[in-house]
Amino acid sequence: MADSNAAQLIVILLLALLGATAITIARMRQLWAAVMLTGVFSFLGAGWMLILDAPDVAFTEAAVGAGISTFLMLATLGLTSREAKPPAAFKPAPLVVVIVTGCALVYGTLDMPYYGDPDGHIHAYPDPSYIVKTNGDNGDPNDSEGEIKLPNVVTAILASYRGYDTFGETTVILTAGVGVILLLRRERRTTEQPEPPSADADRGGPA
Amino acid sequence: MNHYAILRIVTKLLIPYILLFGLYVQFHGDFGPGGGFQAGVIFAAGIILYGLVFGIGAARRVAPASIVERLIAVGLLIYAATGIAGMLKGGNFLEYGVLAHDAGHGQHWGILIVELGVGITVAAVMITIFFAFAGRERTE
Repeated sequence: MADSNAAQLIVILLLALLGATAITIARMRQLWAAVMLTGVFSFLGAGWMLILDAPDVAFTEAAVGAGISTFLMLATLGLTSREAKPPAAFKPAPLVVVIVTGCALVYGTLDMPYYGDPDGHIHAYPDPSYIVKTNGDNGDPNDSEGEIKLPNVVTAILASYRGYDTFGETTVILTAGVGVILLLRRERRTTEQPEPPSADADRGGPA
Repeated sequence: MNHYAILRIVTKLLIPYILLFGLYVQFHGDFGPGGGFQAGVIFAAGIILYGLVFGIGAARRVAPASIVERLIAVGLLIYAATGIAGMLKGGNFLEYGVLAHDAGHGQHWGILIVELGVGITVAAVMITIFFAFAGRERTE
């Protein structure tokens, strides 16, 4: 997809916008605008994922990153403050840590194959015959070859071969939901029907 | 935000398509990109958009908290039940091949049902988190 010149232009534009957004967020003291810009950042990231032929990730990034987490941040801002605290005096240690970590990350990318390199590991391993073994993708959708016979190999792996993992992940999401209910619902119940102050000590933990 | 006519009308136009797209991603996930998690999040985003524009009360009427909170568990139970159904049919836990007369169809059914469970749980959790955050008032 990214082989034509027009696509290259879009890629460079997207990455430049991502960089500009990141720098703007870092320099911003107005939290409200910063949160909106993180939404913009996620949306640009989703576009970038789409160009990399990862629409699954793009969906998730657009819906969770740009949609739900932006809302959660805004809701939190509504409950706290809209302004960041003024920056503390300049400290050299964090800067050094960030620069060293950044250099290490860049150094790590030097070992990675170029984008679309046919000799890259992701194209050489695992053997492409695994895909044929999974979905029997030899041009005929009704062919009886293949263990799972789904065109989307990602779904076949996640839901069938790794069904156990996905079951665990779903349990994690359930646990997260239960945690949010336990932590945040208490507030609403106490405002609806005021309880004696001693009740809070019984259940333990500050509100 | 109830007095912004453009926002209200555009939202009304968009929401059916967001929900429809969520269902498409859910049930077409084994043939196209997507799956339960993405579908659940997209579906929840539709409800959250409704809540943001028309007020949390309206969203609670569409998706009552009592039902949504039960759906969190229902989704996971659907997943687990699919696994146990495989065991009852003589296979291992979460072995879909035995669910239908031939292994390929069994895999299709198993994946479809399991993804539905994931989608229900994810959508319900996202909506619950939305209600939990939006329902809180500023305490000072």
